Amino acid sequence: MLNVSGINAFYGKIQVLKNVGLHVEEGSIVTILGANGAGKTTTMKTISGLLKPKEGKIEFLGEDVTGLRPDQLLRKGIALVPEGRQILAGMTVMENLEMGAYHRKDKEIEKDLEMVLARFPILKEREKQLGGTLSGGQQQMLAIARAIMSKPKLLLLDEPSMGLAPLVVADIFNIIKEIRETGTTVLLVEQNARQALKISDFGYVLETGKIVAEGSAADLLTDSRIKEAYLGVKS
Amino acid sequence: MLIEQLINGITLGSIYAIVALGFTLVFGVLGIVNMGHGEIFMFGAFIGVLVTTTFGLPLWLAFLAAIIVTAFMGYLLERFALRPLRNHQGSNHLAPLISTIGVSIFLENLSHHLFGPGNHPFRTPFAEMSIEIGSVTVYLVQIVIFVISLILMAALSFWLGKTKAGKALRAVAENLETASLLGVDTKKYITLTVILASAMGGIAGILVGMAFNAVTPQMGLSMGLKGLAIIILGGMGNVKGAMVGGLILGLAETFIVVYGDSGYRDAIAFIAIIVILLVRPQGLFGQKTSDVRR
Repeated sequence: MLNVSGINAFYGKIQVLKNVGLHVEEGSIVTILGANGAGKTTTMKTISGLLKPKEGKIEFLGEDVTGLRPDQLLRKGIALVPEGRQILAGMTVMENLEMGAYHRKDKEIEKDLEMVLARFPILKEREKQLGGTLSGGQQQMLAIARAIMSKPKLLLLDEPSMGLAPLVVADIFNIIKEIRETGTTVLLVEQNARQALKISDFGYVLETGKIVAEGSAADLLTDSRIKEAYLGVKS
Repeated sequence: MLIEQLINGITLGSIYAIVALGFTLVFGVLGIVNMGHGEIFMFGAFIGVLVTTTFGLPLWLAFLAAIIVTAFMGYLLERFALRPLRNHQGSNHLAPLISTIGVSIFLENLSHHLFGPGNHPFRTPFAEMSIEIGSVTVYLVQIVIFVISLILMAALSFWLGKTKAGKALRAVAENLETASLLGVDTKKYITLTVILASAMGGIAGILVGMAFNAVTPQMGLSMGLKGLAIIILGGMGNVKGAMVGGLILGLAETFIVVYGDSGYRDAIAFIAIIVILLVRPQGLFGQKTSDVRR
């Protein structure tokens, strides 16, 4: 579904991604692991169009989409829930959800809105509240719900569990599984390696801008190097 | 006497509010103060003079012409004075401010050249018409100005609050990146904002021409600075703040002339800036925030 190859990306003169390539199968959950500063967020920004790579190719559903803007990529079916959630703090919860469906013209928006509000009762309770008044976990729910409203084919989630309480984190991972069950493919960036791999089919490990390991999630979970570096287990 | 002054103050204030809305929209979306706004406003006033006084055409045509011309000027301003700086990585954040100052100087001189210096009278067919209610005299011009301003403010509030495009514009104002991730063509909305703000400035120009019956190439600067004062008073980028701030300034200026010293009239706006920055730096309606805009 998504084919990324040979990506070199820069912030100014500093090269952040070096020859990054990855592949996401339709209907799967793929996780990118890595330490802080490894280039995970940059990878997500590049795929979602926020950052234009200097070199490399991004193919989505067999079409070359390299260099397109985020709004164009969303119309093709790629949605990003960015790091730090980035909800619209000065707009109400309902307006945030409506903005999720901004690019849609179909007649199912109302139905999807009801479905999303049924799945996230806390958002229904607070639909008239400003987004900025929600707690961190609720904001993450809103950010994911908003992305669902945009009906993506591929959902990119950048550190959805960051800064959240363990119970909320478990909830977030359940939601991610549900999203996949509804037919949406998920590309996930996580620090929470063990939980992320448990729900994933495939994983990549990013170190200082390079892919250093890849494999099925089950293999990565038992790989001794991965265990030591990212799962906090001495082998 | 008091009621008449109140009406004068509200009339003036509603014009200020319209000018300030133009400032606040651009600030809210682009994060810059458009110093050329006052001069676009002045051009709107001159279009009004041309259409009504020089050509003797009806007033509604003046509004139409001013909206078209100033909207186009807004487009040119965004296209040539702002966009090149925005796309240029590493350009100083003060660059757009300086560039709009350049636009304002250029437009003032252009209007000198095109229309000539000095006062240009603005004739409206109902300039002297008034209604007596008891002992209170209300000029028809004042009613027209107030009603037009009110309609404009209500329309803008409705558009921003209830329509899809208005919500998208607010999303762009809040966070450019997030808006683009939600599928909003941010470039289009930035251009639209400057066009909309400029057209509102053009309408305000005609309203001022009607109210004071005088239009000069210099009027842009003082109105521009007052508009800036109002958005600082109301809260930068805040729509409600611009409306209320405009009314407050209009009323304050009117009452200082009546009950104080008319020499201080134009100082009010700047005294207000100093006081508000000392007491409530985020403005009357602004939110305290540590967020850095882009």
